[in-house]
Amino acid sequence: MRIGSARNAPASNLRVSHDKDKEVAKVKIRTFAAAAAIAALAITATGCSGGTSNSGATAGGGKTLTYWASNQGTSLDNDKEVLTPQLKKFQDETGIKVNLEVIGWNDLQTRIQTAVTSGQAPDVLNIGNTWAASLQSTGAFMPFDSAAFTAIGGKDKFVKTAMDTGGMPGQDPTSVPLYGLAYGLYYNKAMFKDAGLTPPTTWAEMVTDAKKLTTGGKYGFALAAGSYTENAHFAFINAAQNGADLFSADGKPTFTSDGVVDGISRYLDLMQTDKVVNVANAQYDNGTKAVNDFATGKVAMILNQNNADSSIVANGMKNDQYGVVAFPAPAGAKDVASHVAGINMSIFKNTKNKDAALKFVKFMTSPETQTALDKPFAALPVLAGAKAVFTDNAQEAKTFSDIYANKSKPLPLVPAEDQFESTVGKAMNQMFATIASGGTVSKADIKAALTTAQQAVEAAG
Amino acid sequence: MSATATTRKSGAAGKASKGGSRKPRRAGWWLPYALLAPAIIFELVIHVIPMVTGIWMSFLKLTKMFISNWGNAPVTGLRNYQIALDFNSAVGAGLLRSFLITAAFTILVVGISWGLGMAAAVALQKSFFGRGFFRTLFLIPYALPMYAGVIAWKFMLQKDNGAINHFFFDNLGLAGAKPFWLIGDNAFWSVVIVAIWRLWPFAFLMLMAGLQSIPNDVYEASAVDGAKPLRQWSAITLPMLRPVNMVLLLVMFLWTFNDFNTPFVLFGGSNPPAGDLISFHIYNASFLTWNFGSGAAMSVLLLLFLLLVSGIYLLIMNRRKDRA
Repeated sequence: MRIGSARNAPASNLRVSHDKDKEVAKVKIRTFAAAAAIAALAITATGCSGGTSNSGATAGGGKTLTYWASNQGTSLDNDKEVLTPQLKKFQDETGIKVNLEVIGWNDLQTRIQTAVTSGQAPDVLNIGNTWAASLQSTGAFMPFDSAAFTAIGGKDKFVKTAMDTGGMPGQDPTSVPLYGLAYGLYYNKAMFKDAGLTPPTTWAEMVTDAKKLTTGGKYGFALAAGSYTENAHFAFINAAQNGADLFSADGKPTFTSDGVVDGISRYLDLMQTDKVVNVANAQYDNGTKAVNDFATGKVAMILNQNNADSSIVANGMKNDQYGVVAFPAPAGAKDVASHVAGINMSIFKNTKNKDAALKFVKFMTSPETQTALDKPFAALPVLAGAKAVFTDNAQEAKTFSDIYANKSKPLPLVPAEDQFESTVGKAMNQMFATIASGGTVSKADIKAALTTAQQAVEAAG
Repeated sequence: MSATATTRKSGAAGKASKGGSRKPRRAGWWLPYALLAPAIIFELVIHVIPMVTGIWMSFLKLTKMFISNWGNAPVTGLRNYQIALDFNSAVGAGLLRSFLITAAFTILVVGISWGLGMAAAVALQKSFFGRGFFRTLFLIPYALPMYAGVIAWKFMLQKDNGAINHFFFDNLGLAGAKPFWLIGDNAFWSVVIVAIWRLWPFAFLMLMAGLQSIPNDVYEASAVDGAKPLRQWSAITLPMLRPVNMVLLLVMFLWTFNDFNTPFVLFGGSNPPAGDLISFHIYNASFLTWNFGSGAAMSVLLLLFLLLVSGIYLLIMNRRKDRA
């Protein structure tokens, strides 16, 4: 205090000498102090607003939307290239500008979580359709009531299988389908021909074929064994083949039933006992690595969704060099070959441009835009009556359309679905890691790990 | 902004003049407060408020049902703590396991980093040709951006095409199959080695600075008395570095126990159980299951543990100093 005033010598002197001058000085100082305080406030204010004004309602006359797109093409840049002409077209038609951000799958879920938590969200975004029920339960997304459906062209324009993934049954869905996807078993035609094999139709045939093809440094299969989402999907598909459910009717987890344990065990055995998968696959933390192995002829088969097409071709394998059949079930099991995979579109509830957002959803799910995007993104149509255009290969298009329409089962539409993916999927990552580093995983081990996963989900519920 | 600015300004000025007429104050009385204000504001904004929020969150049932509107989250009292500390349940057992792994990790990393730092600092204490070069070389890991360094390690630790396996198995011809380093049990040693690589230059830097303050005369005097280097180290260097070591060890302990970046960058999204360090464990517990209340409770427990250890450490150290 004392030091402060001593250093401020001119001001103290003034106080002693002239009252009038003092007043002037005081005013000056006050002005200065006020200005400093305002500057500080301004800094904090702009610091906060830096991230907020995403929804861009303030952007003067022409409206602006923020759109988060998931990664569908061969790279984030590729997505941008594909989407930009469409967004331009939308702007020409409606005068609404769309700010696009493409987000990779590793970040998308965290980004959505952050957006939900902070309220600093885009207007429209893409979600993995398996998250629909989980995200719906956050209450942060706009439910599509009948008025909203009318605005985007009616609920009936969508394929029912796809529309059913929009949210929990019995409630207004919070997302609508955008791209359809399904798993298929991709096989290398030349490798099968050289070994005198035909594409498998049962699980046993598939394993026999894979064993024959595992020779000379090549493997029958590549799996994304280090990716928890892929692992969780196949836990579900294999369990579904056994007729087992992951959640009871009232939404409680039932991970430890025999059907689930046997299903996971069957999938793990591709690496553990059948040895048709390179143990190095335990570190494949995304599907792309397995696709690359397939496209470069290192493996004869992969399990992937139809959007693998663009990556396979980008890696130099031609469309007529591979074939696709449904992922086979064991003899006598249920004929489930995939979950109903795909990308849905949601609108954030707190958007300031609801009408513009609905217009944009209508535009993205219109027949013209769908046709334009399904090809580069290798997606199945989500519109009723639309033809699959993602490949020129009629056989492949037919196979995938058949899997999607007849052999797909939706993942459980319960709020805890995402926790199933993370807990069971991660547990399976560890099982593959154990196998890869020379250990064994018995059915008892699987059951123990699933019990832990189930407890974790129950504790969070 | 400008409209608000004017009202604020006039409001503030009016208030100040009223106060001034009541009781005359020395000119410039406000300066110390003005100078302190930014520090206090930022301390509140970036330190105290988040911490209090975190503690408050730990008493809420803050799951994804309530995440978009925190105000609706029901208060659950100590329920989150009960779950985290129930070591018979999956959640509690996981936390305990992660805690023990982190304790082992911290002891190894801090111990070895300190040992390496001390050895290097003593070795470079006397001036010789090329000393500057070695000093720079040793500090490189500390100067490198954290992410770049750890990502380089991640590449080196790959099984089939990583430099480590290539060196041992292809160049040195070690027998056997190439092991995994980033999954399975080896993951623990990988994260320990990378963390040591990160941390020891800091120990080296601090100890080197500490050594500069020890006068040469004491070494000369002890040499006249016939003390060998080891004796000189234990009888002169170590005691005279005591104040440096006291702070250094505490800081290294806190950093290492809380280390999030190393495992996060090294293991990516899915951490192997052997490398399940506690910060990363808490992050996963919060973000994978959207259960932020439970994650906050675990964080508070971690905070209490670190406070306790630091408190006891400082108490013992200061008491010893008083006796000495």
